[in-house]
Amino acid sequence: MADFPENLRYSAEHEWVDDASPATIGVTSVAADALGDVVYLELPEVGATIEAGAVVGEIESTKSVSELYSPVSGTVVEVNQSAVDDPAVVNSDPFGAGWLFKVDVTSRGALLTAEEYAAQAG
Amino acid sequence: MAEDQQETQDKTTPLHDEHVALGASLTGFGGWLMPLRYTSDLAEHRAVREAAGLFDLSHMGEIHLEGAGSGAALDQALVGNASAIGVGRARYSMICADDGSVLDDLIVYRLADEHFLVVANAGNAPRVAAELVARAAGFDTLVTDRSAETALVAVQGPEAEEIVASLTADDDVDTVRGMKYYASAPATVAGIGVLVARTGYTGEDGFELFVPADRAAELWRALLAAGEGRGLVPAGLSARDSLRLEAGMPLYGHELDQTTTPYEAGLGRVVKLDKADADGAPLPFVGRDALAARAQSAPARVLVGLRGEGRRPARAGYDVVQRGLDGAVGAVVGRVTSGAPSPTLGYPVAMAYVTPEVSAEGTELAVDVRGRAEPFVVVPLPFYKRS
Repeated sequence: MADFPENLRYSAEHEWVDDASPATIGVTSVAADALGDVVYLELPEVGATIEAGAVVGEIESTKSVSELYSPVSGTVVEVNQSAVDDPAVVNSDPFGAGWLFKVDVTSRGALLTAEEYAAQAG
Repeated sequence: MAEDQQETQDKTTPLHDEHVALGASLTGFGGWLMPLRYTSDLAEHRAVREAAGLFDLSHMGEIHLEGAGSGAALDQALVGNASAIGVGRARYSMICADDGSVLDDLIVYRLADEHFLVVANAGNAPRVAAELVARAAGFDTLVTDRSAETALVAVQGPEAEEIVASLTADDDVDTVRGMKYYASAPATVAGIGVLVARTGYTGEDGFELFVPADRAAELWRALLAAGEGRGLVPAGLSARDSLRLEAGMPLYGHELDQTTTPYEAGLGRVVKLDKADADGAPLPFVGRDALAARAQSAPARVLVGLRGEGRRPARAGYDVVQRGLDGAVGAVVGRVTSGAPSPTLGYPVAMAYVTPEVSAEGTELAVDVRGRAEPFVVVPLPFYKRS
């Protein structure tokens, strides 16, 4: 079973979010492995207001494309431009350098602990 | 749950345990559970371009025709001229329906004067076998589907010759090394009697080895070990798909299907309308009349290569459109059949059927990528040719 960082919360759609302010959001190793090599990222724009559970972007791999959901509501304050430039980092370090965007959070969706996520996704 | 169901329905190849042991991600393809990737699509793709990749192709169908009338039976069953293939050589061909549509694309190997091997795509193999049996009725030939007892392993890439030769019995090394593209010969590799063919589906040099199913795992392991110091990695269907796309090779179900004749696909050259029998009389074959009529008329759509100007790849099924004003999606002029980011070239590539008016090289088009017009340009196929 994969190891999921304890300090993060997880969505059923395989996003993770930390509890910092602003909150950092990415996709889990489960998503990265299922996608295959990520080759293109479409992230929300800085300043955009987003809602938990809504589609905010796309992750495209060599084989497929999937939608990116936000696990939280709020305002996007930063996107990871180095991941946009070199999306392979989403595969190599999904919980670290492969983060996707940061949000000033107004509310969080229904999120899972690492243990709950592991039980569901592992 | 859907996965469990798929695993019980899909057949597994004689190399299934090897794939599981290597940690492959598996996927259903043509009724078979096949390795999609072992580690990374991109790494496997690059290994084939730069060193070598090892593929399990045991899902492909192997149908043998033996007997004095085998060549004549194939001449009448397929669009090509099988009886003109030299012993030890192979040709790309197709089996068409009466209306000229493509039932499958095939490789026909002539193993001996009166012995041919037809290799069909996995999902089509049972049907091709049944068609060949039906079409061979009345000819002096025995058609046998040996797919179940035959495994097929491919070694593809610039290191392929070294790797295969290193395992080949001394008596057969010169045969393997000197083998021409689209040729085959029996040989002993890793102590196993196999049929070695210099064929492939990657755009690289390489070999396909037909091996008895019960020796397949042994051969697979020997090849992996022999290739270890030469950069060989096991490679899955994902890399196989991106490699063949770069090489501009059609995939049945994408560029070819029963709505397509060989002409739209730019493969009219494989149709031998002027085939003649041994006495020089015109030789009818299944689909001939429809194909002859099609050859006379301009096709309604043409298969082209598209090169993406941006970074977003087009995918199979997306509409090809005119470029509208201010980047808007314009009128639909075609449809993408295969598309991916090209690992070798670094930009998106696609094959698409488009109307003839927009098929000229350099024509600026777009693909409707989920509502946005991504710019693409018509380019010649293949996208990639080995140097």
